[in-house]
Amino acid sequence: MIPRPKPERFRLRRTMIFMSAQKPGLIKDAYIYGVDSIMLDLEDAVAENQKDAARFSLYHALKTIDYGDTEVIVRINGLDTPHWQEDIRVCVAGGADGIRIAKCESAQDVKTVEAAVEAAEKEFGVEVGRTLLMAALESPKGILNAYEICAASDRMFGVAISGGDFRKCMQTKPTPDGIDMVVARGQMLIAARAAGVQCFDTVFTNLDDMAGYEAEVRQNKAMGFDGKSLINPKQIRLVHEIFAPTEKEILQAEKIVRAYREQSAAGVGVFTVDGKMIDIAFIPGAERTLKLARACGLWEGDLV
Amino acid sequence: MKNYVGRDIPDYLLINGKEVYQGKNYMDGKYIQKASPRTRRYEKPQESKIVETLADALRLCGAKSGMTFSFHHHLRDGDFVVNMVMKAAIEELGLDNLTIAATSLGAAHDPVAEYITEGKVVGIQTSGIRGKIGEVVSAGKLKTPAIVRSHGGRPRAIEGGEVHIDIAFVAAPTSDCVGNCRGIGGKSNCGSLGYAMTDAKYADHVVVVTDCLVDFPNMPASVEAIDVDAVVVVDSIGNPKKIASAAARISQNPRDLMMAENVAKVIAATPYFKEGFSFQTGVGGPSLAANLFLEKYMDERGIKMGWAIGGICGPMVEMLKKGKVGKVIDVQDFDLDAVNSINQTPNHFEMSASQYANPANKGAFVNKLDFVVLAALEIDTGFNVNVLTGSDGVLRGAPGGHPDTAAGSKCCIIVTPLIRGRMATVCEHVVTVTTPGDCVDVLVTDYGIAVNPLRPDLIECLDNAGIPHVSIESLKEKAYSLVGRPDDLQWEDKVVAILEARDGTILDVVRKIKPFTLE
Amino acid sequence: MVIQKPAVAGTVESSDALVSVEPGDGKIELTLTSSVMNQYGRQIRDTVLETLERLDVKSVKINIVDKGALDCTLKARVECAVFRSSDASEKDIPWGGVIR
Repeated sequence: MIPRPKPERFRLRRTMIFMSAQKPGLIKDAYIYGVDSIMLDLEDAVAENQKDAARFSLYHALKTIDYGDTEVIVRINGLDTPHWQEDIRVCVAGGADGIRIAKCESAQDVKTVEAAVEAAEKEFGVEVGRTLLMAALESPKGILNAYEICAASDRMFGVAISGGDFRKCMQTKPTPDGIDMVVARGQMLIAARAAGVQCFDTVFTNLDDMAGYEAEVRQNKAMGFDGKSLINPKQIRLVHEIFAPTEKEILQAEKIVRAYREQSAAGVGVFTVDGKMIDIAFIPGAERTLKLARACGLWEGDLV
Repeated sequence: MKNYVGRDIPDYLLINGKEVYQGKNYMDGKYIQKASPRTRRYEKPQESKIVETLADALRLCGAKSGMTFSFHHHLRDGDFVVNMVMKAAIEELGLDNLTIAATSLGAAHDPVAEYITEGKVVGIQTSGIRGKIGEVVSAGKLKTPAIVRSHGGRPRAIEGGEVHIDIAFVAAPTSDCVGNCRGIGGKSNCGSLGYAMTDAKYADHVVVVTDCLVDFPNMPASVEAIDVDAVVVVDSIGNPKKIASAAARISQNPRDLMMAENVAKVIAATPYFKEGFSFQTGVGGPSLAANLFLEKYMDERGIKMGWAIGGICGPMVEMLKKGKVGKVIDVQDFDLDAVNSINQTPNHFEMSASQYANPANKGAFVNKLDFVVLAALEIDTGFNVNVLTGSDGVLRGAPGGHPDTAAGSKCCIIVTPLIRGRMATVCEHVVTVTTPGDCVDVLVTDYGIAVNPLRPDLIECLDNAGIPHVSIESLKEKAYSLVGRPDDLQWEDKVVAILEARDGTILDVVRKIKPFTLE
Repeated sequence: MVIQKPAVAGTVESSDALVSVEPGDGKIELTLTSSVMNQYGRQIRDTVLETLERLDVKSVKINIVDKGALDCTLKARVECAVFRSSDASEKDIPWGGVIR
């Protein structure tokens, strides 16, 4: 049995990779690729008549495998299926860091899952509140209710859009420039930021189209996503490269944080760095840049 | 007697000057008396050396029971020639007590297993042994222990007279009527004929078997008519589909790619990675993929590879054509891109096995290698590698050029996943030592990199480049923590195969495995 | 638990195992084939027997076709097959109880 630390609600989640919980060869060591979060899937990747088997396999994987610093999230089956309650029991009993609510459409959905999670935490003697939640928005209704979903629980750390189902609802197909989902992505991002949670983009499924994939990841970064859902380990590196701060950004952030500490110690609130006016509002962003830079192996300082 | 890698070699094998392995370069500077074949004079001009059948060729060469026949494996899993010859010798001429000295034997030669079981074939000498032959030899059915040598060890043994070839058979994609052979131009093209070259020079008799007769002179010839006694034309020498794959594709497996990238990182961190460096890679998933990442580092540093050797396949030919590598010298071709390139693309040359890897000549190509990237079935904490026996103790692999390139190169990198299914690739003791640990420098796995403590210089290189590495013991422990500690294999006393180190000393033996029962 | 009817779990993919159970004759009858028999046959047998003991299965014919599964996978497949054999695999599994 591998004891896992209490999950952090806000941590680096640039990459989140889906792995079928039913495939022993996959789940045994998905962490070796340096992904931030693993998403063990009980939903679409598992055939309807293998849901039970996948839970047994998931339970022992969670209890046996040392995932180290890699976050372990489980995607449970939708609330309209007969599976989700048992899914929640096994996640909590196994000690998953978080649960991804599939096809989430309302704050009530989150609260329903939260209640079941709390009950399971009590049943299995797990600290109440330990298990984090995130929601997948897969329908127009989910997108319209994004803010209430994001704000529905203190366990919520983020939302992700699920492109496949969403596009079906919208009767669209993926387009190279992402125009088909630009509004939905934007609305979800605004809701997530308003509620103070993280926001993740959908998967890119054409593994041979690396140029299309790169374009999408660049757009994700430009739009302000925290990370992306992935289906293959070979997609990890590009996200980490594109989401990494530039050398110039890192230097700038370091200067800002350093100057702020010195100036505020001297009682100064507004000052300039390289001719640019800086106040306290710049600090969280600069600190985030440095943390990200450290995670990317680009910065070794101890300012944050 | 225990040898340098801790393997117990039975004393009864240490006769006629045979010694146990005593570390690399132990034989350096010693002299070797070259053997010379007894060959027939063909003084009277011959219009043609073509004979009707293999049986006729065998008779012409004075084939007798107790002889040693040699074969080469350029036709790989598509080869028909070994089976045709053995069938003619055993079933038509009624010979027995035969020894097969091949450069490799595999699933294509399953019918030979039957001749072993019947006692018609009593000796096997090879650089690779797979399929049914591996099974029957492992089961103790071969009368004498099989002798397994590396691709360099084999020409050494032939040139030194340890193996005397009575008749060498050359499977030739094209030949003219007097036996000038090439690996291209026919319907069973294989490219290089490098492994056949030494055999043809040192055998008493040479028979060319071809399915494509071409006009005299077939030039430039890989095996020359001056060494050939007879030419036999058959319908087909092999199955082209199994001789060379359409194109060796670089693996898309993310695990392979991750390891390959780390291999390239290690290479780029050493002082040998400079303009004109030399390189060989295997064709396994991660080894071949290393090419891809290496090219990126070469571009970044603005350097080119001087030359590459080995079994060659498409990606290396591609680099040659792009001008990223100066010369490719080739003992065998693995795919059609390579087959179609040898002796056609400028600076793509052929070489013999001896020129490639023989430790007893005056300097083989492997001795000038900077890097070699190789796979392994197993590697132990002493960096000893096994590429011959499976986890069930059965012969199912091929040392090939592994020990030669490992010993010759300045930096030998083994790349392998830490575990395969439930098998720990990194383990305490390999089943069989086929490449000794003193020749292996770096291990790259999906769980981390380990450097042989014999190479503090490379450890420093990795440290300077900020490449994390761990001890090989910690990798082994990680592997065992995942799969459990394996039970030891249970062996009988009987030795079924002798593993010769490339210098001719005994590196290890394979014994007969006890049938497994749960009780 | 009592094996009430034949049931299977798992696959014959690499790193997995196919486990079949059927009602026994008052004892545990195990048949095992494995791609790693020589090195891990005994450990696989021990894991299977321990799992059956934990589930309090006393009478079963159990057949394992192992393709190099890790212990955690073997346990999961045996447990699932046993629970399926009494139609109990879908809900209220004693996670952390006899499943551990």
